[in-house]
Amino acid sequence: MAILDFNINRQVLMSAVPPDWPGGFWWHWLFFTVVIIAFVLTMVMAAIYIERRGMGRMQSRLGPNRTGPFGLLQPVADAIKVLLKENIVPTKADKLVHWLAPVVAFAPALMLFAVIPFQNGALLADLNIGILYIVAISSVSTVGIFMAGWSSSNKYSLLGAMRNVAAIVSYEIPLVLAIVGVVLIAGSLSLNQIVIAQDIPFILLQPLGFFLFFAAGCAEINRSPFDLMEADSEIVAGFHTEYSGMKFAMFYLVEYAEAIAISAIITTLFLGGWRGPLLPPWLWFVIKIVAVFFAMVWMRTTLPRIRIDQLMAFAWKFLLPLAVINLVITAIQVLAWPDTLPWALIIVNFAIMAALVLLWSKFFFKLGWGRIEV
Amino acid sequence: MGLAIAFWISAAVIIAAALGVVLLRNIFRAALSLILCFLMVAGIYITLSADFLAAVQILVYVGAISVLIILAIMMTREVQRGNLSNKLQLPAFIVAILFLAVLVLTATNTPWPIAGTAPVAPTTATIASRLFGEGGFILPVEIAAVLLLSAILGAIVLAREK
Repeated sequence: MAILDFNINRQVLMSAVPPDWPGGFWWHWLFFTVVIIAFVLTMVMAAIYIERRGMGRMQSRLGPNRTGPFGLLQPVADAIKVLLKENIVPTKADKLVHWLAPVVAFAPALMLFAVIPFQNGALLADLNIGILYIVAISSVSTVGIFMAGWSSSNKYSLLGAMRNVAAIVSYEIPLVLAIVGVVLIAGSLSLNQIVIAQDIPFILLQPLGFFLFFAAGCAEINRSPFDLMEADSEIVAGFHTEYSGMKFAMFYLVEYAEAIAISAIITTLFLGGWRGPLLPPWLWFVIKIVAVFFAMVWMRTTLPRIRIDQLMAFAWKFLLPLAVINLVITAIQVLAWPDTLPWALIIVNFAIMAALVLLWSKFFFKLGWGRIEV
Repeated sequence: MGLAIAFWISAAVIIAAALGVVLLRNIFRAALSLILCFLMVAGIYITLSADFLAAVQILVYVGAISVLIILAIMMTREVQRGNLSNKLQLPAFIVAILFLAVLVLTATNTPWPIAGTAPVAPTTATIASRLFGEGGFILPVEIAAVLLLSAILGAIVLAREK
């Protein structure tokens, strides 16, 4: 494997002083850039296939099954179809911004994978602020969506963009607070170190954090049931209403690349990343990503879409208080029992999670209450 | 060598983007130009080995403040017709000149010492102990937190319908 050679280069990357063009640096960079692009594109195709076929199964229909064996070539056919479509730009559009928006949205989705370890030390840049980098970079894609919504000069695009930004700003807070719990236990911001610290997957130590992160993550990337930024029945297609051809394909790609990225981050933070018995580490990593993505598809087919006011209320009245309580409890546990037997903590944490979720969903907050939340 | 190239590219883009903020007539494009400026400032932090600061710069300025600015632009009436004009050009000019004078004076009168030691390896722990540790800036941090909280509460009180 080429991985062994990269240990030397990794030392260069990990040093605080930026590497001043050393020889091996560029090979490492080139290799992982190619790997990341290939990985993301392949996984996006797989994700589209899983989503369409899986949803078909769950909704008692067949799903696409004509192109290739079991419909395996459907994503390829989709890609070719969408690339051959005419590229239409509205007359009143801000042409430059309209053209730039898909690029600005796509770049962060790809850059996220730079710090995600595929196996021990196999990542583009082992930054010691890895998870902070992810939070920072993912917030940039909002700007791309904003640009798309604004430049189309279409009210539905603008509405979609505004809903999107309201959701992202709200859900970023519980998302980050859930991450902080993991960081407290692992004692490092580097994703590779977080995976190495997971002798037991953190989903067991942080069950509440996992569910908060899952819900907030799904909302961040507009997955159903939080997909009201592109709710077809309300605002056509949201911010990418006026996009067609290659540029629409870019947004489609961003949607699934972000879903894969969130799955990969959940895998890394809560499910032990590349760690696992028998199988090679990268295979474990891919298996876990697919499992998380499948759970997202499952959720999409199970739950109805929530309204815009419910979206806000869910973030601020349900996720945020639980995230804060989770953070405080985690901090107390890390400070008070740093070396205790984890199994006791696991049972306690699952009990706390069940109690808190029951308490909140029964007494403090109910989605809707049958009236409009303001 | 590489650092110098990175620095000069970032510096040139920062100045171009900053000029764009002032000179572009389309206010939405001016805001986008401001975002580019913020991103490149993060680039400068990276060349200074301040990785934590760079990430926070992107998170706070690009992810939060710029988004708020754009949201405010979208909420503004008649912004589709381009930049709105008013009669504040002269006061703005005077304030800008005064600010420029202060900046130039400060920049020319500061000795700008260059540290001989290598940068600290992981910056996160050092920053944390400076901010929250003994003899650090714990009081200003807490005051800032209370200030922000009261600002949020004030905004809610102001915006709330009677």
